[in-house]
Amino acid sequence: MRAISRPLPFLLSIPAALIFVIFLLLPLLGTLILSLQDFSLATGIRPVYELANYVEIFSDSYFFDIFARTARIAVFTTLVTIVIGAPEALILMRMKAPWRGIFLLVALGPLLISVVSRSLGWALLLGGNGMINQALMSMGLIERPIQMMYTEFGVVIAMSHVLMPFMIIAVMTTLQRLNPQVENASHSLGAGSFTTFWRVILPQMLPGIMTGAILVFAMAASAFATPQIIGGRRLKVIATLVYDEFLFSLNWPLGAALAMLLFAVVIVVAIGLNRVAEGYFARMYK
Amino acid sequence: MSPVTKADNTPSASFLAIDGLTKTYNKVTVVDRFALEVEEGEFVSLLGPSGCGKTTTLQMLGGFVDPSAGSIRLEGRDLIAAPPSKRGLGMVFQSYALFPHMTAAQNIAYGLEVRKVPRAERDERVRQALDLVGLGAYGDRYPRRMSGGQQQRVALARALVIRPRVLLLDEPLSNLDANLREEMQIELRRIQQTTGTTTILVTHDQTEAMALSDRIVLMRAGRIEQIGGPEAVYARPANSFVARFLGKTNLFPGTVGADGRSISIGSHVFAAPAAATPGATIVAVRPEKLGFGEGGIRGVVRNRVFQGTQWLVELDTEHGPAIVQRQNLGAVPPAIGEATGLVFEPDAVHLMAPEADK
Ligand SMILES: Nc1ncnc2c1ncn2[C@@H]1O[C@H](COP(=O)(O)OP(=O)(O)OP(=O)(O)O)[C@@H](O)[C@H]1O
Ligand SMILES: [Mg+2]
Repeated sequence: MRAISRPLPFLLSIPAALIFVIFLLLPLLGTLILSLQDFSLATGIRPVYELANYVEIFSDSYFFDIFARTARIAVFTTLVTIVIGAPEALILMRMKAPWRGIFLLVALGPLLISVVSRSLGWALLLGGNGMINQALMSMGLIERPIQMMYTEFGVVIAMSHVLMPFMIIAVMTTLQRLNPQVENASHSLGAGSFTTFWRVILPQMLPGIMTGAILVFAMAASAFATPQIIGGRRLKVIATLVYDEFLFSLNWPLGAALAMLLFAVVIVVAIGLNRVAEGYFARMYK
Repeated sequence: MSPVTKADNTPSASFLAIDGLTKTYNKVTVVDRFALEVEEGEFVSLLGPSGCGKTTTLQMLGGFVDPSAGSIRLEGRDLIAAPPSKRGLGMVFQSYALFPHMTAAQNIAYGLEVRKVPRAERDERVRQALDLVGLGAYGDRYPRRMSGGQQQRVALARALVIRPRVLLLDEPLSNLDANLREEMQIELRRIQQTTGTTTILVTHDQTEAMALSDRIVLMRAGRIEQIGGPEAVYARPANSFVARFLGKTNLFPGTVGADGRSISIGSHVFAAPAAATPGATIVAVRPEKLGFGEGGIRGVVRNRVFQGTQWLVELDTEHGPAIVQRQNLGAVPPAIGEATGLVFEPDAVHLMAPEADK
């Protein structure tokens, strides 16, 4: 019995392991190797192994600017989703029977629509003749349209909307675990609503906010569709730059090196945030 | 404790006066005209089966459930208008409801910080509170790393440190195992007597209510059935519900003679312990007050259980099932299947009106 049952767990995990290796590790390895190779329009890709692409990226401020912009957009998107998504999750959790379901659908519904459609929708709203500008002008608040398309601001707005559901889900998951009596306990000890939120509810929401932040940051940093549509060709981020290198410059090795660096940055930030979060929360939740 | 200063215009002289307190959810009345007066320093238990409205009553006192009707006055001050944070009551929740992101000491300090008690005094009071509940060495622990009993004591210390006028406890011991529960009952009573805090405890455990309280409020389906001291409600239950809820009991149908001085249960006639109203009655006798002998009520032993310090004997009598509890003093009670008589002292019985029975 034992001899038979023991290899079973390993056997059962083989399909998942295969998928992991074939669809994640191998392409990653391929990209890594590609990033070390050399390219010129005359010779095409040459199978050498050197760090020339990385040296080029680090020595050219053009790339640094794009990395900085990508980071800015990702950080601000994360902040916006925190500032709006966390309270939204809290409000959703407090809603009564029919409304909670309805508004949950409204909040998470965008997930059911393709990112491209949603970004195009934002393009309509943000454009010079878009609804936002027209509304502001007809109210007499502004005289000329505000430039929102092809700006970091516009990208952050659209991307915050696209990624908001992930923050809401992450925060709601933590809120669901909270004991509602803890809030009553705070009131019974003399604390008003503000103190109770600030000192009792918010600290307990932090693990969810952290999880949401890691998710949103990683997705915002590597997002392609929204920056492509709202940011356009001029306002490049790493993901759209990689795309251009592959498709227009045909410099696959340089694109691969950029992709690897983006990957590395995202992994480092995600793991770093996770470390900080775990160190902070371990004592109360373990 | 600060001296009691009662407002002169108090409608009721009581420290805490609850009157006509009612809660209705969608036309279903879950607490019905609850009325109770509590003296300062008193320990009162709300006792009743699950769903009888104990928690709802306590939550109305705490301010977490809005009453549909009724009044609550503490030292003459109307509490209903005040939000929970202004009531000055200490509450220990069934789930403890500790702040998971704060240490035991921080949990306890919270109420003092909210009250802006100066740092030095705060630290001192937190230390005293931790000592009071026997957790002096555990101030830096997070709740997750404490046992259920320890968490319960932190919750108690947290509620007590703000020196509440009234301490409200909602089944604080129900999550603990039997040994710890008994320990905590003794602890709770000691702490309550040390601090002199007026306390209202919700429980569905009758031994807990009897062990801890000065008075017990028995509730059923949102109504108060009886209020009284533990010995009084045990010895003189108002009706068979109360009698049964407070422990095992024997209920025999009987008749009080025309002179009001004799009682008969079938053919067994005995002197009434006190003058009684003639007519049908229910005779309640506690199992420890029944003995085996000649005469009395006739019955056959159905089951016999030895429990070390005592015997528990179940019988079928001509007036229904009966249960007898005999201390183990060496004598062996009748065996299963044996016929015997059940005897008792006339003053061991308590009479209840039959219409009070349900
Ligand atoms: N928010 C509510 N809406 C509708 N009915 C409620 C609500 N809260 C409580 N009830 C009902 O009120 C009754 C009393 O509930 P309560 O919680 O006060 O009982 P309890 O005596 O504390 O019971 P337990 O010993 O099980 O804790 C129950 O029948 C319950 O179903
Ligand atoms: Mg309850």
